[in-house]
Parts: sequence; C-alpha cells; structure tokens
Amino acid sequence: MGFFIEVLFGGFLAGVLYALVALGFVLIFKASGVFNFAQGAMVLFAALSLVRLMEWMPIPIALLVSVGIMIVFALVVERLVLRPLVNQEGIILFMATIGVSYFVDGFGQTIWGSEIYTLDLGLPKEPVIILESVFEGGVLVNKFDLVAAVIAGILVTVLAVFFQKTRIGRALRAVADDHQAAQSVGIPLRDIWVIVWSTSGIVALVAGIVWGSALGVQFSISLVALKALPVLILGGFTSVPGAIIGGLIIGAGEKLAEVFIGPSFGGGIENWFAYMLALLFLLVRPQGLFGERIIERV
Amino acid sequence: MTATGGRRIGDVLLKVEDISLSFGGVRALSGVSFDIRKHEIRAIIGPNGAGKSSMLNVINGFYHPQKGKIIFKDIARTDIGPYDAASRGIARTFQNIALFRGMSTLDNIMTGRLLKMKRNLFWQALYWGPARREEMEHRAAAERIIDFLEIQSIRKVPVGRLPYGLQKRVELGRALAAEPELLLLDEPMAGMNVEEKEDMCRFILDVNDEFGTTIALIEHDMGVVMDISDRVVVLDYGKKIADGTPDEVRGNQAVIDAYLGVQH
Ligand SMILES: Nc1ncnc2c1ncn2[C@@H]1O[C@H](COP(=O)(O)OP(=O)(O)OP(=O)(O)O)[C@@H](O)[C@H]1O
Ligand SMILES: [Mg+2]
Repeated sequence: MGFFIEVLFGGFLAGVLYALVALGFVLIFKASGVFNFAQGAMVLFAALSLVRLMEWMPIPIALLVSVGIMIVFALVVERLVLRPLVNQEGIILFMATIGVSYFVDGFGQTIWGSEIYTLDLGLPKEPVIILESVFEGGVLVNKFDLVAAVIAGILVTVLAVFFQKTRIGRALRAVADDHQAAQSVGIPLRDIWVIVWSTSGIVALVAGIVWGSALGVQFSISLVALKALPVLILGGFTSVPGAIIGGLIIGAGEKLAEVFIGPSFGGGIENWFAYMLALLFLLVRPQGLFGERIIERV
Repeated sequence: MTATGGRRIGDVLLKVEDISLSFGGVRALSGVSFDIRKHEIRAIIGPNGAGKSSMLNVINGFYHPQKGKIIFKDIARTDIGPYDAASRGIARTFQNIALFRGMSTLDNIMTGRLLKMKRNLFWQALYWGPARREEMEHRAAAERIIDFLEIQSIRKVPVGRLPYGLQKRVELGRALAAEPELLLLDEPMAGMNVEEKEDMCRFILDVNDEFGTTIALIEHDMGVVMDISDRVVVLDYGKKIADGTPDEVRGNQAVIDAYLGVQH
C-alpha cells in the first residue's frame, strides 16, 4: 500500500504540471474561443526568461521581470494576431497560434540560448517520509512535490478569487459566456484578451518554474503541451476544476499504469496511456468531466 | 436610475441617414433613413428578413454599414464599435436571448452596470476598500431594477435554468442597469404567452414613462406595436417603405402589400 501511494504521489507531480498547462489553455479558450497551441511554447519561454534573468539579478526581481515579459507578450499577441483576425473561424486562429508557437520557440532560444539550464529557486528537494502513523514504514515523497502542489494550489485559489470576486473576473466570465452580450454592455474585448493572455502567461511561468525546477529548463518543456490535450478532453475545454482534476488523473494514471501494468506490456505505457484514456473517455462523455453538456439545437 | 419623469417627446436623439449594409451579395439595408426622438417609443416593423435586426446592429456598432451616417446626440459616426455605443448610452437586448447563462440574475444585472463603475477595472481589483463601497452602491441599483421587474424570487438563480419569459425579463434588466438613454429591444415579446406579453408591455411603458428612456422596439405582434409605439418605421427587403404614426402606417397600401406578400 505504501508503495502504491508513493507512485501515486509521484504521478501527481506530473499531474500538477499538466493541470497548470491545461489551465492556461482553458483560460484562453473560455475567454476568446481560441485553442491556443502556443501554451507549451509559452511555458518554455517563461521558464527560459526566468532562468537567464536570474543570472543577472536577484530572484524576486527576475520573477517580476518575467511576469512583465509575459504581459508584453500578451499585448503583442493581441495587437499582431488576435486583433487582425477577429471574427475569423476558430481553425484560422488555431493555425495562427501554431505560428505563434513556432515563433516563440525559435525566438526564445535565439535570445536566451538553447542549452539545458538548471533552475534553482532554493525550493527544498530532499525526500521526506510522511504518513508514518498510517502505513508501516510511511510513504517516501520528495519535498519538492509537496511544494509544487502548494504552489499550484495557491495559484488556483488566487485565480478563483480573481474570477469570482472582482469586477474584471465578472467581465471575464461574461465574455466567456457570450461575446456579443458582453460587448453590448460595454466590456472591451481587446482589454479582456490582453488580461487573459497575461494570466495564461503567468500560469505558464508557474508551470515553467515547477517543471524547470524538477527537470531543468530545456526545449522538451514545450512538448508538455501535447499532454495537456488529453487532460482537456478529460476535464472539458471550458472547466477550470476540470483542468485540475483531469491533470491529476492523467498524471497519476499514467504513473500507476507504468509501474503496475507496464511490465506486462514491456514498458513505455507512459507515452500513450494518457491518449488512450482520453479516447475512451471521449466515447463515453464527449463534453468532459465538467464541461457543459453539448446539446444540439435544431 | 433617476426619474426624469414625464413623457414629453423631445428633439432628435438618433438619426440614421441613408444606411446601406450588405453581406457579400445579400443586401440587408439599402438607403434607410429615419430618426428617433427623445423619450419616444419607436417601433421598427417588417416581414422576416426585412433588415430590422441588422438596423439595431448598425446602431449599436456590431455592424458597420458600407454607406450612410449615424448621428447620435448630435455627433455623427459611421465606424463606432459596440464599446463606444454602450459608453455613449445605448443598451440593448437580443432577438435570441444573449444572457450570461452561467451567472445568476443579480450578476447578469450587475454586469450591465460595468460602465457605470469607475474606470480602470484593473486597479479596482486591487483596491479593496473603496471598491467594496462602490460595489455596494451598484448592488443597490441592481436591486432596484430587480424590484422594478418583479424578479426578486430569482435573484440568485443561474439564468440558464430560467424559463424563456423570465430570461427575456432578466435581459431587459441587464440593459436597464446601464441607465441607457437609448434602449434597443429586439423582439422582447417573441415566444411569450399573452400574460407575459402584457407584463412586458407594462415594463416597457413604465421604463419609458418613469425614466424617460427612449426606446427603439422591433416587434411582430401588431396589436402591441399599435398600442405602445408613438411612431413606426416599416422595412421590407432592406428598404424603408413607410414611416409615421401607428394609424398612418396601418392604412398604408405598401405596408399592407408587404405583409400580404404581394410581388414587387
Ligand atoms: N451576420 C450576417 N451575415 C450574413 N447575412 C446576414 C447577417 N445578418 C443579417 N443577414 C441577412 O440580412 C438580411 C436581414 O436580416 P435581419 O436579421 O436584419 O432581418 P430581420 O428583419 O431582423 O428578420 P427577422 O424578423 O426574421 O428577425 C437577411 O437576409 C439576413 O440573412
Ligand atoms: Mg430580427
């Protein structure tokens, strides 16, 4: 039992990360209907910015500057991509974000370099044993996993308060519900886009910090976006809780599958398990765990 | 809401001049001109596809006409967007209800007050104290609208769950929350039963009467139109075919032909 829980916890770390990336997707998708392929590239870009800036300045300043960079990025995307393409089909915007993704990957590596950088924010990394009173021998976890979970928890709480309690939050929810109606009450769509892209950029930075601290900042971060897709299918494209729970299920599921049923498949399950789970899920509940029911109106 | 009281019809508030709008090959509006005076209830009628909704969309900046001028409060603009229209005092409802379905009645109406709130959404989010107080004031205004429309019992209900007639009423509430000078209503009574229609008529007349709000109204129910409007403009195939008091319009041969589907 203790070992099972250890594996589960290990899976949750990956899950938190998937959840953060999926969360970035959901925010943008809800507010602008854009499926943002560049989310993974944004995670890489944010992490690279932070890790390189830290060579020049103290950590808190580097963090602030990185946030600033993501806000500037949001402004640029709104001006150069979203505004000219307003009212175009979703697929066109999707393709535009593929372009953004390649550009950001290339641009980031050009200005920041393309090696593997160690990100050390001084977060604790040593393993600890918890739940000793519950299981014999307790459960061995990495302190970092716990810290990552706490960071993600704080981020999600802050976002929830922001969305539920503030005026901008209400405006954001209005835009997510109905673009036309939101415009008719005078909500400026462009400002809202900048705000959600900035928020997504900050979420990307947090994801980059978690991932980069665990495995180093490197190009492969950008590919984590591909794992967010099954998470979104599981959680629903428009649900924030769905992104989080979907992320945890996929993360834990693939680790457990790898460890417990992997050997009989010859390993490597981790690479495709998430997609298979999503596929099965798609057959049963196409709207995702928390997504709104899809009702065809005729 | 401040009651200006009385129903003296005043000067021209909005004037559309020679508006033409087309979508690809479809001509939705061709050379339409009319005006709306302060405090009046102005009906826009016409058969299906006549261009009525397109006209409202032009007025509130959703559509940009290829030709023509829109003069609102003596300022002429052709390229206004919905944000400008809303901030200059134009609010509206939609033919197909466009509410924020995930939000409660109260939140929908509060959203209608966004432009009344202090500028700069962003700093407000960080300024708890004053923002709180301001929020309470707006809350009180929203509650007054809720009382006015007699929807106290559904204040906290997510509007997606409400029956159609009530949704229409909430949508009117959201538009009223902006305290508009010009209120555009696109078929506010469509799909309602007789009783609901009577309620809606009463609300429209009360808004007009108590707050002096100018109203442009699209409606298919001729009984209602003849009852509550001061002047009627009739569109057919994107062209204006008549304009006048309900009585004048009722007797107009072109209007009768349009409704009977006489070939042009
Ligand atoms: N966004 C659009 N894209 C393409 N065509 C449009 C658009 N909006 C309106 N039209 C066309 O313009 C014409 C007028 O439509 P409009 O909706 O203004 O009519 P209406 O008078 O409101 O009709 P109804 O009584 O059915 O609501 C129609 O032929 C319609 O198909
Ligand atoms: Mg219409």
